[in-house]
Amino acid sequence: MKKPIIKLKNISFSYEKRRILNSLNLEIYEGDKIGLIGSNGSGKTTLLHIIMGLLKPQEGTVEIFGKVRTKERDFIEVRQKIGFLFQDSDNQLFCPTVKEDIAFGPLNLGKTKEEAMQIVKETCKILGLEGFEDRVTYKLSGGEKRLVALATVIAMKPLCFLLDEPSAGLDENTNDRILSYLKSNTKTFIVVSHDKDFLTKAADKIFLLKDGQIRY
Amino acid sequence: MHLEEFSEGNSFLHRADPRVKILIFAIFSVLCAVASGIKTPTLFLLYSFILLLIARLKIKSLIARLLIANFFIAFIWFFIPLTYPGNSYVTLGSMKISHEGLRYALSITIKCNAIIIATITLLSTSSIFSIAHAMLHLRVPKKLVTIFFLFYRYITVIHEEYLKIKKAIALRGFVPKTNLNTYKTYAYIVGGMLIKSYERAEEIYKAMLCRGFKGYFPLFEHFYIRKSDIIFGVISISIFILIGVKS
Repeated sequence: MKKPIIKLKNISFSYEKRRILNSLNLEIYEGDKIGLIGSNGSGKTTLLHIIMGLLKPQEGTVEIFGKVRTKERDFIEVRQKIGFLFQDSDNQLFCPTVKEDIAFGPLNLGKTKEEAMQIVKETCKILGLEGFEDRVTYKLSGGEKRLVALATVIAMKPLCFLLDEPSAGLDENTNDRILSYLKSNTKTFIVVSHDKDFLTKAADKIFLLKDGQIRY
Repeated sequence: MHLEEFSEGNSFLHRADPRVKILIFAIFSVLCAVASGIKTPTLFLLYSFILLLIARLKIKSLIARLLIANFFIAFIWFFIPLTYPGNSYVTLGSMKISHEGLRYALSITIKCNAIIIATITLLSTSSIFSIAHAMLHLRVPKKLVTIFFLFYRYITVIHEEYLKIKKAIALRGFVPKTNLNTYKTYAYIVGGMLIKSYERAEEIYKAMLCRGFKGYFPLFEHFYIRKSDIIFGVISISIFILIGVKS
């Protein structure tokens, strides 16, 4: 039997007194293309942050790539192998130019400057961002920012993607570019969205997050 | 907001190695700050003017910056001559303007302007990113450099945030007046920006962790020191020594 990449067991999480996740269970296997829906404030983003180790659950265990992850150190490997696209791209882009931002991840993974530059080129090509390398990140438009943010995630060549509302506020053309990338170049991902149309096109299975638990 | 207007240019100082420029600037500003009297600071100011000639900056924006700085120095001219102990130069009723006080204020003014001009000509002629890189090369603690760089990178974002809030309140018919409601609104703007920048900082840190951030930025471009950089450094330091010996 295949082992799950991500396995969440009895996860509970509360902000102050408000319980967001209530002994939630989730298993993601290699090759799963999952869409996650749920009303505003139902804890979709919280769930993704817990997988990445950015938030620590009050109860339950997080098991990723077959290992239980509790401490900050355990999540370093997780973050190298799972790519996370933030809801707000402004937060994800912090280097002065697109080139440096895309290269930031690969350089942190120990790639040389030449290798990083090669990755920057390739990623820009995949997403149709040729000629963007020297643009200033905070002067890009909303859609361009989202694509560059996606590029910074792709550049780390993750095994699995977590995408937090990648389609929100984008035009059809940009949406299609993200969609076609997801369809042709990725194997495993969880994508959070309110856009039913986008989800049915991108995902094989759709889960609903309600009352702090996953409904299949 | 355009913070790097002086970094665009092609003079010798724009092309010089930022490491050399930072070193010269550090030595210059310490020596200039501890210099006393009128003569030595004037010589340092002269050196700054020479740098200005080399850098060929936009005069208009340069003067604008100097005016802002000198606005604060104007306060020194208000208080020091009136309060500094010494022989009176002019007596106006019960107020005495002291001779030493005037000299002291003049000395401070010259020193300030010398250092400001040196900052603009030496540091502002490089982009912030290369200054941050140069600081790393000069073994400045990585954490400090990262804070410095992120501060710079996000000040524009916070400024944009401020403009957004300003637009939002203007759209709802806000006109500043001298009343409690206006002060309250301004307090909300400051408070809102504080919270927003804190939350944004948290998010950015998370995003950086997700991409393998280990506490510093990897260096992307390296510097190459040229002969002219070394000559510039040697000449500058000899000028400083000469000024020191002369006075």
